Amino acid sequence: MSLSANPPEASAGDTPAAPRRARIMAVTSGKGGVGKTFMSANLAAALTRRGKRVLVLDADLGLANLDVVLNLHPKVTLHDVFTGQRTLEEAILPAPGGFSVLLAGSGLVEYSRLTPEIRDQLLQIIDTVAPRFDHIILDTGAGISDVVLYAVSLADDVLVVATPEPTSMTDAYALIKVLATLQQRRELRLVVNQVGRAGDGRVIRGQLQLVVDRFVTPLLPPGMLAPRLELVGEVLLDPAVREAVQKRQLLLELLPGCGAAQGIEALAARIGE
Amino acid sequence: MVWLQALIDALCEISSRDPLTGLSNRRQFELALASEIDRVARAGEPALVLMIDIDHFKKVNDAYGHPAGDLVLKAVGQALQECIRPMDTVARFGGEEFAMILPNCPPSFGLTVAERVRLKVAARKVEIAPGQQVSVTVSIGGAFAPQWVRSSAPLWVERADQQLYRAKADGRDRACLEQPTVSHVSAEEKGLLFGTSQFQDLE
Repeated sequence: MSLSANPPEASAGDTPAAPRRARIMAVTSGKGGVGKTFMSANLAAALTRRGKRVLVLDADLGLANLDVVLNLHPKVTLHDVFTGQRTLEEAILPAPGGFSVLLAGSGLVEYSRLTPEIRDQLLQIIDTVAPRFDHIILDTGAGISDVVLYAVSLADDVLVVATPEPTSMTDAYALIKVLATLQQRRELRLVVNQVGRAGDGRVIRGQLQLVVDRFVTPLLPPGMLAPRLELVGEVLLDPAVREAVQKRQLLLELLPGCGAAQGIEALAARIGE
Repeated sequence: MVWLQALIDALCEISSRDPLTGLSNRRQFELALASEIDRVARAGEPALVLMIDIDHFKKVNDAYGHPAGDLVLKAVGQALQECIRPMDTVARFGGEEFAMILPNCPPSFGLTVAERVRLKVAARKVEIAPGQQVSVTVSIGGAFAPQWVRSSAPLWVERADQQLYRAKADGRDRACLEQPTVSHVSAEEKGLLFGTSQFQDLE
């Protein structure tokens, strides 16, 4: 394997003078149905508006749905690349919103387990495309499967999506715990989706951090820095989101300026800075 | 109409029981498993599934005949029945394989429970003919409930089955449980996560 993905430490201090390489961010959640793919797609659109070159890679190989969210009917998917039937170039497709996507195609259940081949192929794909983009967003599956953990391990940054729902918070906490202990992640980004009012995100971050400090930090080897959650955004619970999802359009295109869209723009500003 | 209800009850009983052992049959087991998955997903309680397979059962059949094999199956079924709590389910999964669902079984108890089952079966003497006794051992594989979305009853059973293969491969007459991951969230952690009053109104 020629290049390996940057561990978080290695790329944290990259300057623009270094060889251009995309910043890789895994979007993940623990619980499903909290708006991970919605967030990935709209964040990609918002970053694109800010002049960034963005690729979203559907890393939810077992049960991908980025194509559904974007209303795309891909002829070429990652599966074709994995099996050698198509080239990587053919599989990189333009998405609404101006960014690029690499779609897994739905229902590739055979990839729900991580084999060494898939592992190598994903790594190679990311290494190949990284120089051409500013941001690569890995839209991972729900849960803490080995595919998810592997996708996260390839990323420089992790964006955990949670909602104020107790089940979502519990699963986000479990995920954070796994990432902090197994992958020794010290910085984790948090975006709270579907907040009832501005400021709830901060409360939820505080609550998660409290439990992390109390229960996760003691699990780490002595001397290791405590994991820190950084709230990078909150997105309001907004009927416009449902409308966009049902119409299978980007919120940022259908209803720019709505409360939720503003939250995503602010998130992009924070992440793209 | 009492007789009709009695008839319905009897038919339900027949359709959910394994005729030889009197345990739940596979169909009933799968129903129980599906509802347990729902419960676990909502309540987040730990639950354990054990797959239990009689070691070298074919040798019993070959050496003593099928009627003796049936007596062994019955005896193992009884031994399993004696290990469980009222809310547990024990079923004949098929052939010489049995299965147990143990709701609300914390990961720290799993191996103790599985070992108790294993020893209970091994200690049982089965009289297959007057004055002739045999005993059998079992291999046990166990896995805790899928805590994460996109899990299913077949996957849960498959994970337990994998541990059963491991127990067989390691030499039989033993219990192997899937190692609980650090992803488990304890009641204490949940308490702290949701304990403050500002959070109650977010629910």
